[in-house]
This record gives sequence, structure tokens and C-alpha cells, in this order.
Amino acid sequence: MENWLMETFLWNNQQLPVLQIVVPLLAAPLCLLINHRWYNWLFTLAVSSFSFFVAALLLLQVSQEGAEPISYYLGGWLPPYGIEIRIDQLNAFVLMLITAMSTVVLLSAHTSLENKIEIAPDKNTYLYVAYLLCLAGLVGILLTGDAFNLFVFLEVSSLATYTLIALGRDRRALWATFQYLVMGTIGATFILIGIGLLYMKTGTLNMADLAQRLPELSESRTIFVAFCFFIVGVCLKIALFPLHFWLPNAYAYAPTVVTAFLAASATKVALYIVIRFVFFVFGVEFSFTIIPLEKVFVILGTLGIIIASLVAIKQQNIKRMLAYSSVAQIGYMVLGVSLSTAAGLMAGLLHLFNHALMKGALFLALGSILYRIGGVTLRHMQGVGKTMPFTMAAFLVGGLSIIGVPLTVGFVSKWYLLQAMLAEGWYVVSIIILIGSLLSVIYIWKIVEVAYFKPALPNNANVKESPLSLLIPIWILVAANIYFGIDTRLPVALTEQISIQLFQGVAIP
Amino acid sequence: MLSGIYGLLSATLFVVLDAVDVAFTEAAVGAGISTLLMLTTLSITGRYEIQRPKIQSQIALVLTTITGALLIYGTLDMPYFGSTDSPANAHVADYYLSNALGQTGVPNFVTAVLASYRGYDTFGELVVIFTAGVSVLALLGTVSDKTMSDDHQPMHQHLILRVTSKMLIPVIMVFGLYVQFHGDFGPGGGFQAGVIFAAAIILYCMLFGLGVAKEVISLGMVRFCAALGVLLYGAVGVVSMLKGEAFLNYSVLASDALVGQHIGIIVIELGVGITVAAVMISVFFTFTGSAEEDDSAFDASSPSDATESNSKQVSQ
Repeated sequence: MENWLMETFLWNNQQLPVLQIVVPLLAAPLCLLINHRWYNWLFTLAVSSFSFFVAALLLLQVSQEGAEPISYYLGGWLPPYGIEIRIDQLNAFVLMLITAMSTVVLLSAHTSLENKIEIAPDKNTYLYVAYLLCLAGLVGILLTGDAFNLFVFLEVSSLATYTLIALGRDRRALWATFQYLVMGTIGATFILIGIGLLYMKTGTLNMADLAQRLPELSESRTIFVAFCFFIVGVCLKIALFPLHFWLPNAYAYAPTVVTAFLAASATKVALYIVIRFVFFVFGVEFSFTIIPLEKVFVILGTLGIIIASLVAIKQQNIKRMLAYSSVAQIGYMVLGVSLSTAAGLMAGLLHLFNHALMKGALFLALGSILYRIGGVTLRHMQGVGKTMPFTMAAFLVGGLSIIGVPLTVGFVSKWYLLQAMLAEGWYVVSIIILIGSLLSVIYIWKIVEVAYFKPALPNNANVKESPLSLLIPIWILVAANIYFGIDTRLPVALTEQISIQLFQGVAIP
Repeated sequence: MLSGIYGLLSATLFVVLDAVDVAFTEAAVGAGISTLLMLTTLSITGRYEIQRPKIQSQIALVLTTITGALLIYGTLDMPYFGSTDSPANAHVADYYLSNALGQTGVPNFVTAVLASYRGYDTFGELVVIFTAGVSVLALLGTVSDKTMSDDHQPMHQHLILRVTSKMLIPVIMVFGLYVQFHGDFGPGGGFQAGVIFAAAIILYCMLFGLGVAKEVISLGMVRFCAALGVLLYGAVGVVSMLKGEAFLNYSVLASDALVGQHIGIIVIELGVGITVAAVMISVFFTFTGSAEEDDSAFDASSPSDATESNSKQVSQ
């Protein structure tokens, strides 16, 4: 099967990496020209599925025994003079995750966007255009092997994200966007300053070239400042505590499809940038011995887990609650990275994968509740367990996964994270992780209690189960949550290979 | 006002740094159009900000000081300004200087780097501009068209302005075209040309009213052009892919590599110019559209937040 696929696409095997980015990029203006609700949706879905397909092929290609990273020279110019697309297992892995999530989320978009609470009916075209641009931007970030090119696509995806959030019908969405816009722009500027300083000291923008030239400059103050600016800028994008203030509002007031997509993709890609730069460009030695990144990440990660979980407990709007829970979950991933061991990095990557699955499922379930009931505060959720059993069951599985109950993906990544922590003797931090899980039990339980043990509000008593077009994508994700919770081989093997590669420096040519 | 001066000053700074092309863009965008958009925004929103609690501004001051101090700390190790053996001049830049003419046939190295060596980046930048245009249209685009009154001419009484501008606008447009197609040889190119071209139309709008301008250039057409430019750029890349080479490899566009490079660069610059001009015009149309709606309907708060967030987006 695999061989057949490879052979069928051999004729343009060389072009695969660039197709991944060119297709969504060119689809966006086409989508603006199509300007029809139904066709736009179909077109966007097709493009996203195609991206997923290509991503899967690429992952197959780089995961083969002894496969070199794929390099593609844009414009035919050799790097570092031209720009290079460079795909190793790390990007291929995140790439497949992002495109898969985007496709699943899109499946439900058409029905979900009929809802007038979510988005004004005449703005659907713009939503799809912005969605495609956002997808293209994220894919561009993942593919590129060039630091400045990364910034360019970061801008594309950020601008598209602002638009997506601002399209929310709730007027507070505009204020949320504005907050995010200011924070995001500061972040992007910091990243640009970092890249600029790097260029000044090395004269190159190519990541592999940078990785070769940086070690001899590790004493330089300019490089130190470049590192600080770059990492702070990206941490704004990951919404690492205390730089997370934009996230809860943005997630809460954006259309739910958008929230699901962003929760599953945008912060993950930003985390990819951190991993790429910390481990590959700057190198483990520089990041963790010369700069105390380890301590910074541990402190911020644990604080983020505890404080964000506490705030989540107090929320009435469930979208906001899950947004705070996202901030806490990001804390886990950063903790994994901060361990600076292969096991820790692997746990972080695994959690990145798993968190996308669970938050995607949760937000989509919320979207379908919003579709039927018209609100997602705790009051609205009363009795949903009876009126919409399938949706709520999906939500429950997602919730259990967040807590980290065995047989769900949440358990797997927390298990590996704890193991990695204990191997390094970080007992205090391990206890904090457990406390974080307990806190998430509280906020998930609050929803479950209201949904199953309280009677529905009188005007919600006759609500029907949500339509199949919404249920199917939700249950695809739920199934993935359970499947990868039981059969953990695929993600575990992949993340293990990736982290070992990054630590051995095999990925560097 | 200050931002306009800032734009002009940074443009001069770019000239000092020998980046004439960038200075060109900065002068047109930073000092020209973004100031104009700022003024339009002010006319929709209001001049004064609500007072914030003092503690917030103090925290901000501390943070800014730390950031500034860090930046200065970083400069301590920098290579000297303009030194020839600094890494930035020695590694990649040196390669460009010695090979660009032979490989691309373009005497203006900046154009060679922007359009050919790093053409993919420029494509990305173009998409950034397109995205900004889409955002503005998405958030403000629907207000226009209906409320537009044909006789709404803001500067009806300024006879001198109207007459001189009628003489100037054709010249500005011709200059825009010159900048567009002369980018290979001198400073210029699609970005600058697009902005200059848009400036001419915006000038016309300001003096003769939006209604008159829209009879010639409708919002739908502007939208189409914005998409068209991006597609044109992408199409060049796709053609070179179909010819079996890498995306945006212009050398295969003609039998002779240098001719191919020339064709490629001219077409993509055209794409850039079309999209940039279209986006600038559409941004101005939607901004003034909602401003005029505000004047006529005085529907107090509605578009104000949106515009605010938008102006920031554009001025990025």
C-alpha cells in the first residue's frame, strides 16, 4: 500500500513539499473569487484534505529507515542564498497533526456557521479565505528552513487569525482581537528583532547554516539578546503564562469552529518554533547551559498549570474555562521541553499531539451545543446530558482526557511526562503536575454535574441532538482520543525518534 | 502628525543605510498613506483616549526600560556600522554582490534578492498584504455602497486644490508605472509602484468624493484585483513547477535563463503592484465609507472599535 502510494506520486515526488504550501496559499484568493457559501466550504475542505494527504505522504517519506530530511530549493537557488523548504520528522509530524485537525474541524464548519450567533451570514466567504490563509501561514512556518521566511509566514497566519477571531458575532470579539493584535504584534516584532540580530552576527538566515555558525559565537552578547527576544516573542504566541492574557478572550468570543482550529493548531505551531530554535538552531548546549532556560521554563510552566487551572475553575462561560485550561496544558508541554532530556522532549511532543486531539473534540462539542442551545455558560449546559446525549458523551471523553484518566490520550502523555520527571529526580514538579490534574477534575466535574444531574432549563427541554454533520467530526476526534489512548505505538514511536534525533544532532547535516 | 514625521525620518535613515528601495516604500506608506488612514480613523473615533489607571502605565514604563536596556546591551558586541568584514556583509551578501548580475541579469541587486533569490519571501509578504486587505474588507466591507451619496464632495470649495490635482494625478500615475517597470534597473518595484498608484486614486477620492471614484473603480473590482495579483505571482511559480523545476524558478520560463529571469521578475512585480494598489485602495474605500456613514447616520458607537483594531493591522 505504502509503496503503491509512493510510486503513484513519484512523478511529482520532488514537488510534494512545495505543493503543501502553494495549494492553500493560492486557494485563498480563489476562494475570495468563488464567493458562494456552499462551494467555498467544499473547496476549503478539499484543499485542507489535500494538504493532509500530502502531509501524510511526506511523513511516510521521512520516517523511512535512514531517510534524510527532504530539502527543496525554492526558485532553484541553493541555500543559504535562496530559501529552502526543509522537512524532517519533527515538522512532518506537526504538519500532519495541523492539517488533520484543520480537515476534521472543517467538516463541521458548514453546519456550524449557519448559526447566526456565531457569525454574520454575509461574512462566510471571508471566514473561509482567512481560514485558508491561516492554514497556509501555519504550514509555511512548519515547512521552512529559513528564519526570516518563518517570520513572513508567522505574519500571514497571525493576521489571518486576528480576522478569524474578529469575525465572531459577539461584539466583545473585537476587543479580544484588538488585545491579541497588540500582544501578537509585540511578539512578532520581538521575533523579528531576534532574527535581525542573528543575521547581524552570522550573516545568514538559513536555519541549518545558523546552527553551524552559532556555536562559536556562544559568548556573544548580541546572540544572548537575540535569543531572549526571540524566545519571549514566541512565548507570547504560545500563550505561556504570564504572557497568556490574549488567549482566553480570543478563544471565548471567536466562532467556535475557529476556536477549535486555533486551539488545535496555532499554539502548537508556536511551540514547534520554540523546539526548532531551542534544540536545532541554538542547540541544547547553548539554550540550557549558557542561558538558564530550564529554570525559566520550569517556573513559568508550573505557575501556569496551577494558576490557570484555578482561574478555570471560577469561569462561568465554558469556552473561557477551556481556554484557561489550554493555558494550563501549555504549561505541561513547556515542562516537557524544559527537562532538556530526550524523554522530556518526547513527553512534550506527545502532549502537543494529544492536547490537539482533546481540545479539538471539546471545542467542537461545545460548538454543537451552542448550535442547538444558543449559549455555553454553565446555566445553558443544564440537562444537556439528557437532551443531547451523544454530544455530551463526547464532551465527557474529552474532559476525562484533559484530566488524564487511563485509556485516554491525556493519560499517556502525562504518564510519559511524569516518568521523564522522575528520571531526573524532579519530585516537587511531579507533585505539581498531579495537583494540576486534580484541579482539572474540579472544573470538568462542574460541567458534568450541571449537564447530567440538573434538569434542563424550561426553554431548552425540547432541544434535539445535534445534526450528524456536527456529530461525525466530534466523534472522529473522540475515537482518536480513545484509540491513541489504548494503542499508543504510532505517536510514541514517532515522538521518540524525533526527540532522539534532535538530541543526537542527527538532523543537522 | 508625529507618526508622519517618524515615517519620513525612518525613510531618510534607510537612505543613509543605502536601502533606497526600502526608503521609497517607507516614504510612501509610512509618511503618506498610514498617516492618512490614521486621520480617517481619528475622524471616526475621536481625539482623546480614556484615562487609564496610573499603575498600569508604571508597569509599562518598567517593562519598556528593561527591553530598551536589553537592546542596548545587545549592541555592545555588534560589528561596526558599515564595516566590510562584518558577518552580514561577508557571507551571503557578498555572494549576492558578486553573482547576482551574472545569475539573474538584473543590475539592481535589491530587486535580484527580493524578486529572485528570496522570491518566496516576497510572495509571503504579498500574501500578508492580501490578508490585511481581506481583514479590512471582512470587518468593514459591508457598510459601504448603500449610504454613499454622489454629491458628497468633501473638498468642494477648494478650487485650487482641485485644479492642480487634476494636473498632478496623471503624472503620479505615469510615475507609478515607471517605478513599476523600472524596478530591475533602479530603485523601485511592485510594492512602491502599487502604493504610488493607489495614492493617486486616493488623492482623487479625497478631492472629488468617494461616489465619483467608485463609479470608475468599484469595490468588487478592487477585490478582484487584490486576488488577481496574488494569483498572478503564484501562477509564475506554478508554471515553473509544470516545467519540471522548483517553484518560482524563473530560469525555465524562456529558453535562455537570463531572459527567463527577466520575464519572471517583471510578471511577479506586476502581480505585487496590482495587489498592493488594490489593497490600499480598498482599505481607503472601506475606511472613508464607514466614516461617511458615521457622518450621515450618526450611528454612534458601531464601527468605531472595529476601525481602531483595523488601523493597527494595516499600519503593521
